[in-house]
Amino acid sequence: MTTGAWIAVAAVVLTVGLGLWRNATDGRFRPRRAVGAAAAPGAGDSPAPAHLREVEHGKDPDDVAAPPPADVPPGADVAAVVGQQLGERATLLQFSSAFCAPCRATRRVLEDVSRLVPGVTHVEVDAEQHLDATRAFGILRTPTTLVLDGSGAEVTRATGAPTRDQVLTALARVPSQDPDASTTS
Amino acid sequence: MTTTATPRSAAGASRPDGGIDPRGPQLAAALTSVVLLAVLLLPSPYDVVLLAAQAGAFASGAVRGVQATPQAWLFRTLVRPRLAPPSEWEAPEPPRFAQAVGLGFALVGLLALLAGATVVGQVAVGLALVAALLNAAFGLCLGCEAYLLIRRATARRIAS
Repeated sequence: MTTGAWIAVAAVVLTVGLGLWRNATDGRFRPRRAVGAAAAPGAGDSPAPAHLREVEHGKDPDDVAAPPPADVPPGADVAAVVGQQLGERATLLQFSSAFCAPCRATRRVLEDVSRLVPGVTHVEVDAEQHLDATRAFGILRTPTTLVLDGSGAEVTRATGAPTRDQVLTALARVPSQDPDASTTS
Repeated sequence: MTTTATPRSAAGASRPDGGIDPRGPQLAAALTSVVLLAVLLLPSPYDVVLLAAQAGAFASGAVRGVQATPQAWLFRTLVRPRLAPPSEWEAPEPPRFAQAVGLGFALVGLLALLAGATVVGQVAVGLALVAALLNAAFGLCLGCEAYLLIRRATARRIAS
């Protein structure tokens, strides 16, 4: 075989590998370290960029054990920016972009779940229009779905379109109204 | 309770301004994959000619919009009339951006082939082939995902 043919074969193998890996991991919820609890940028529309960067790279878990009680939880902040309120029990915070087809499938699933489960709200944010929030939460791909607890702290997240069962399972992990939920992760 | 922060036109019926049929870019990616495969398999003068043609198609898509590639034309005239209307419409900017990324790889490949660095050129074509195949077979648009990352990165530079 020529070099070109070998490269063609390698490209096909790489594609199949990447595609299957994506299909397997899409929609799977992974718990996040307490980054969400640390992300509280305080109230207001102009959080310091340095602070956001700090959040994005994650903080030492010891530092985030005791978040300042006065801070607005980051999820609540994002919801407020787009004019929504957090769900009493949990919020499904979806980062979307105008172009992504799986975002629409995700929206349907999350709307469905929020209708089904009392106290659960679906909030959709356009990642491109809210780049501050996109950075604060470290969003790399759309759709990304974050499950926030009642206070707006992140419990878990999934990139790619999740199934309804995956969302319901993730919701079951949300601790019931517990102010110091951020210490356990 | 369901709330949607950014209302956009609902799926189905109405076509948003500039919206494109998402099956178009996917079919175009399949055709592009075939062209790029042929570039890798054909002997010397033909691979350069074909890659130059594909670079031209990428350039047209990047500069004049995704609808302006030969692949999109084939979809519009041969395939689309035989299909039901799509259930969703898609924004044209990200696939257009992806065309620009494809153009970058095609140009690197073309220059390398012309300069005699055959393997370098073929690797560049191979990477473009991966992106095109991923789009065609799995509906994954790497260029589209890069779009958000680049928006993030450039906006950060402006902000700080």
